[in-house]
Amino acid sequence: MEIPRIPLGDWIESGLTWLTSEFSMVTRGISRFTQTGIDTLNSSLFWLPEWALLGLIALLCWRLGGTRLAIGAIAGLALIWNLGLWEPMIETLTLVVFATLVAIVIALPVGIAAALSNRLYRVIMPILDFMQTMPAFVYLIPAIPFFGIGSVSAIFATVIFSMPPAIRFTTLGIRQVPVELIEAADAYGATRGQKLFKVQLPLSLPTVMAGINQTIMLALSMVVIAAMIGADGLGSEVWRAIQRLRPGDGFEAGIAVVILAMLLDRLTQSLRKTR
Amino acid sequence: MDETRPVKIKVRGLSKVFGKHPQKAIELRNQGMKRPEILEKTGQTLGLSNISFDVYEGELLVIMGLSGSGKSTLIRCLNRLIETTEGEIVIDGENIPTLKEKALLECRRRHFSMVFQNFALFPHRTVQQNAEFGLEIRGVEKAERHKIAHDSLKQVGLEGWEDAYPNQLSGGMQQRVGLARALANDATVLLMDEAFSALDPLIRKDMQQELLQLQSKMQKTTVFITHDLDEALNIGDRIVLLKDGEVVQIGTPEEILTKPADDYVRRFIEGVDRSRILTAESAMRPLRSTARESDGPRTALHRMRDHAIDSIYVVDRDRRLLGLLEVDAASRAIEEGSDSIIPYLTQDFRKVPMDEPLHNLFAMFSEKSFPIAVIDQQEQLLGVVVKGAVLDELARAGEQ
Repeated sequence: MEIPRIPLGDWIESGLTWLTSEFSMVTRGISRFTQTGIDTLNSSLFWLPEWALLGLIALLCWRLGGTRLAIGAIAGLALIWNLGLWEPMIETLTLVVFATLVAIVIALPVGIAAALSNRLYRVIMPILDFMQTMPAFVYLIPAIPFFGIGSVSAIFATVIFSMPPAIRFTTLGIRQVPVELIEAADAYGATRGQKLFKVQLPLSLPTVMAGINQTIMLALSMVVIAAMIGADGLGSEVWRAIQRLRPGDGFEAGIAVVILAMLLDRLTQSLRKTR
Repeated sequence: MDETRPVKIKVRGLSKVFGKHPQKAIELRNQGMKRPEILEKTGQTLGLSNISFDVYEGELLVIMGLSGSGKSTLIRCLNRLIETTEGEIVIDGENIPTLKEKALLECRRRHFSMVFQNFALFPHRTVQQNAEFGLEIRGVEKAERHKIAHDSLKQVGLEGWEDAYPNQLSGGMQQRVGLARALANDATVLLMDEAFSALDPLIRKDMQQELLQLQSKMQKTTVFITHDLDEALNIGDRIVLLKDGEVVQIGTPEEILTKPADDYVRRFIEGVDRSRILTAESAMRPLRSTARESDGPRTALHRMRDHAIDSIYVVDRDRRLLGLLEVDAASRAIEEGSDSIIPYLTQDFRKVPMDEPLHNLFAMFSEKSFPIAVIDQQEQLLGVVVKGAVLDELARAGEQ
């Protein structure tokens, strides 16, 4: 006896086709809006001369992380500039910033809700497992029919891929607040809102920041992969190097990604410490 | 017990079952089963069973029991941090278990301040901000709550620490912040959940003393949870003794010590009740002042005023005890133009020999609690025993 193969792939495809056709107005709207945002951010960053932006970033690093971070930032960014990768670096940065912002805006409320409701927690956690373990490339495929080739699809895929840690850490942070502090807030007659904003959120802030740090790192790695569907930036430099089999170019762009990653990581971590 | 005092909180038939099927447990309880059997049969834990007691206005009521007796559950039922299974908790006419969410918040804000065993201070807030918490929650204006919190910090001796964070303070100081937070809130009832149990013994004694001082000033209705009998005897106006979620005895410290309700209580107080080897002599204090038989009423009154006492023992030339002169009697003597105080003396006081066992003394403190006179065989006055001294002496004996 032969068991018929379950046509899972067919179902998913027809579902996606239906979504694409039914919500094309919505996706097109999102697409246009996001594209405008990316273009604006890009052009304003390009409008600044390289040395000025470098100086500004170094200043920010110095204020938040101290002298060593500032020196590291200057050296790293100067190297990128020297290698002629300034423009793709800015494009990558823009994508990361944008995707992270969108991810945080969605993740914080979802994370808070999952922390406060056990039922929601049980629904959301498996979804997050799914989002995180699904190979990242797979998200790129439906992104194209939704938003077309280019940066918007890249951001869509990146947001989905990088959001889970922000949600998880927010939930964890709020759930970690000691029971006795919740009891104290309750005992003095705090409403849910007062409890959240005066006790739970402030106390979970370090954990939430750790989640955001993770999200930024994941976003950076995904933005590079998203070059496969036409996202600009350092990823496309790497992609081009692969296609032309030029390891030197590939490593140059790769090193630029590493520098950007370390900068973003140290910056967000020092932000966490100053709190 | 004074039945006519105004009742602040009335607890009647309060039960709490932990588990998913509380009614099953209650049914079995009504058939006379106890906690272990109910747990075995239904898997439900009978945390509290049919608890009834009153908290009088202005008193310091201690709820005492060993761990597992349900005392922490009980105090959390009062402000409904834990939902009750059955029974009434009435405060100023409101039945707390049936309040709607909004009314409950309002009730907690108005009636309850709470001090926690492990302080439960907010680590991200300064001492000042911690003390302001209750007022902030109630929406008191910034300048006003700042002032109130500042005053209550001053009251607990933390002036100058306003901008420190809790983790910069010692345990004793942290609990002072906890106390200040509760006092600033100015709710009608103060709930203290093992408030001093996490402190080391010396600081603990100090805090008990300070609480008593504050209490004598403010007369705030206080429910104090402890597992420590010494502490209960030392600070409680009355004690509710819990065992396995049931009330074993309610009474004043003296009543608990002198008339233990059952063997459990008797065993419990054995550790403390070294009074059988202690005598009146050990708790005796020298007299601050006595009057002589030759003194006129004005002199006697003057002495009382000087020492801030409202009665004075009168002795003859050989220090033999003649009687007790009360303030009103002295004033009466002056009004009536008498030169001698002898006709105005009262014999309505207790005198004991030096070797009187201490535990016999409890029963002697009548409502008008004059110090008990201690005399020798020749009726000479040696000293007095005051109520607090007996308990102090017992508590000290319990520690050794």
